This record gives sequence, structure tokens and C-alpha cells, in this order.
Amino acid sequence: MNELMQSLVAEDRGFPELAPGDTVKVHLRIVEGNRERIQVFQGVVIRLRRGGNEANFTVRRVASHGIGVERTFLLKSPRIEKIEILRRAKVRRAQLYYLRDRRGKAARLKERRD
Amino acid sequence: MKGIIGKKVGMTQVFDETGNVIPVTVIQAGPCYVTQVRTAERDGYLAVQLGFEETKSQRLTQGQLGHLKKNNLPALRYLREFRVRDNNLDVEEGQEIKVDIFEKGERVDVIGTSKGRGFAGTIKRHGFHRGPKTHGQSDRERAPGSVGMCATPGRTLKGQRMAGRMGNDRVTIKNLEVVVVDAERNLLAVKGSIPGANGGLVLVKSARAK
Repeated sequence: MNELMQSLVAEDRGFPELAPGDTVKVHLRIVEGNRERIQVFQGVVIRLRRGGNEANFTVRRVASHGIGVERTFLLKSPRIEKIEILRRAKVRRAQLYYLRDRRGKAARLKERRD
Repeated sequence: MKGIIGKKVGMTQVFDETGNVIPVTVIQAGPCYVTQVRTAERDGYLAVQLGFEETKSQRLTQGQLGHLKKNNLPALRYLREFRVRDNNLDVEEGQEIKVDIFEKGERVDVIGTSKGRGFAGTIKRHGFHRGPKTHGQSDRERAPGSVGMCATPGRTLKGQRMAGRMGNDRVTIKNLEVVVVDAERNLLAVKGSIPGANGGLVLVKSARAK
């Protein structure tokens, strides 16, 4: 990336370094009218894309009735208040799309202890 | 009228105060020098000639160097004129023009040279529809269709849109919003896309339409 473009990249806000397989809690600032509240989205990071202000990651969680919900967040967005890593898993792929086809026990990931 | 010459760097996105994403094109704009002021008396029209990008003096002809030497300017690769309408100009020859003439939120027009597409068919060039892919069709998929009538008029009308050279034209994009101005880095970012490839020369001037 050109250094001029680099100068526009939002500054690092000290979020933990994410990796595919991490179970995370994303605290998102939501503005409704003139009221502001924090929404939390918890799930597994199944994809991480780098690249300046466009960097994003997708979090998958299984909501009620076994419905899978995926949400993509912009990593540099000021709307993200905080990211917490709850658990890190040992995975052998960069994109964990195979989790979409699995449910329950089969969708477990082996915890990484390092 | 304000104007500056720059180079398209590329596109990216930035966040505004509320966290909305704004797509921007980054332009390395200036520093430019006023190389000549065209006057009604001498030249018959009003314009300001700007020079951009210092280069080695051996890359320019003696004539070009002599023209720049009048105002003790360095060797400049590009010279472009900006037409102005009013007489009371506040620029003088030799003056440096930097990107801080623009400010955030202002509207600008950006002029560039669009990417050349070579000899392009009617679908790409004029947005014609494609023909059917099936039902017994052969080689009609991207064909232009009929280009005329019958014995009357017995010829193809002038201006009929056909395949041909596309792109590499001078294109103006009007009323783009200035999102970032960084005079230290000579950086200008406008909202949306601008014509041409990365590295292409662009002219930025204050918007004509309000």
C-alpha cells in the first residue's frame, strides 16, 4: 500500500490480535436516535481479512433453534467498543467455512493452550 | 476558482465521526507552481498555468527550461492551464500552490483520462443488451443488432452507435466532496471514484455547479 494511503488508516486501538477459531465477544456501539447503547455479539471468528481500513472479520454464532448467524465487522471501525477473546482454538484452515455444515458436537474446535 | 494538479494514488475507505464508512480516492496533489498567468491583453483569455512534479532538467527541452527559468522555478514535468473567469486574480507567477487551498467538506470537480479499453463492442461501449444465448441462436450473443432500415433510407444513419475505440478520454467528475486534506503529505482525498488508472494525472478544481 502506498504510504499516502497508509496515512489514512485509522490508528490501532489496542484490540487483541484475532485469529480464526477464536471465540470472541464483540462490543458494538449502536446509536438509536440520540440514545447510544452497547450490543454484544459472541461467537467464533471464521474469517479474518487484513488490509488497512478495509480489514474485517466474520463472527459466527448459533442462535436459538440452531439458526446460524454470521456477522462481519470492520476491524478499524470506531463503532467497535471492545473485543474480548474468550477462547482460542487449534484450527488448520484460515477460513472455517466448514463450520456452517456442522452442528452440535461436530462443530466443536479443539482448544489451543500456548 | 481554485485548482491543483495531482496524481491518482488509489482508492480506500475512511471512517467519519459517527463510524460511517466513506469510500475515498487518494490524490497526491501538488505542490504546484504558477508558471504563467495568461492575461486578456496579451493572450486574449484568462488562465493560470500550473506546473507539477519536479523532474531532472535533462528530461525537458531548452524551451521548456527557459519558460520555467523566467520565474526561477525547478524543472517541472507537467504544465496545465486552468481557465479563470474573473480579472482580480490573487496569484502571481512563481507562487507555490499547495493542497491546503482546499478544505474539508468543499466540493470539487476532478478531471482525468479514463482507462483505455481498446476496440470495444457495443455492449461494453454503449450498454447495449446481449442477444439470446439459446433457442437456436448462433453468434448473436454480443452482436449489435440491426443498424438500419430497408430501401428507405437505404443507408445507415449518421451517429449510429457501433463498436470502436473506448476510453482514454478526458473525463470530468463533478461535485465530489473533499474528505481529507493533509498539506504536510500533499494528500487530498475525495469521496467516490475518479477517472483513470492509479498514477494517472488528474486536475482538481473547485466545483462549478453549486
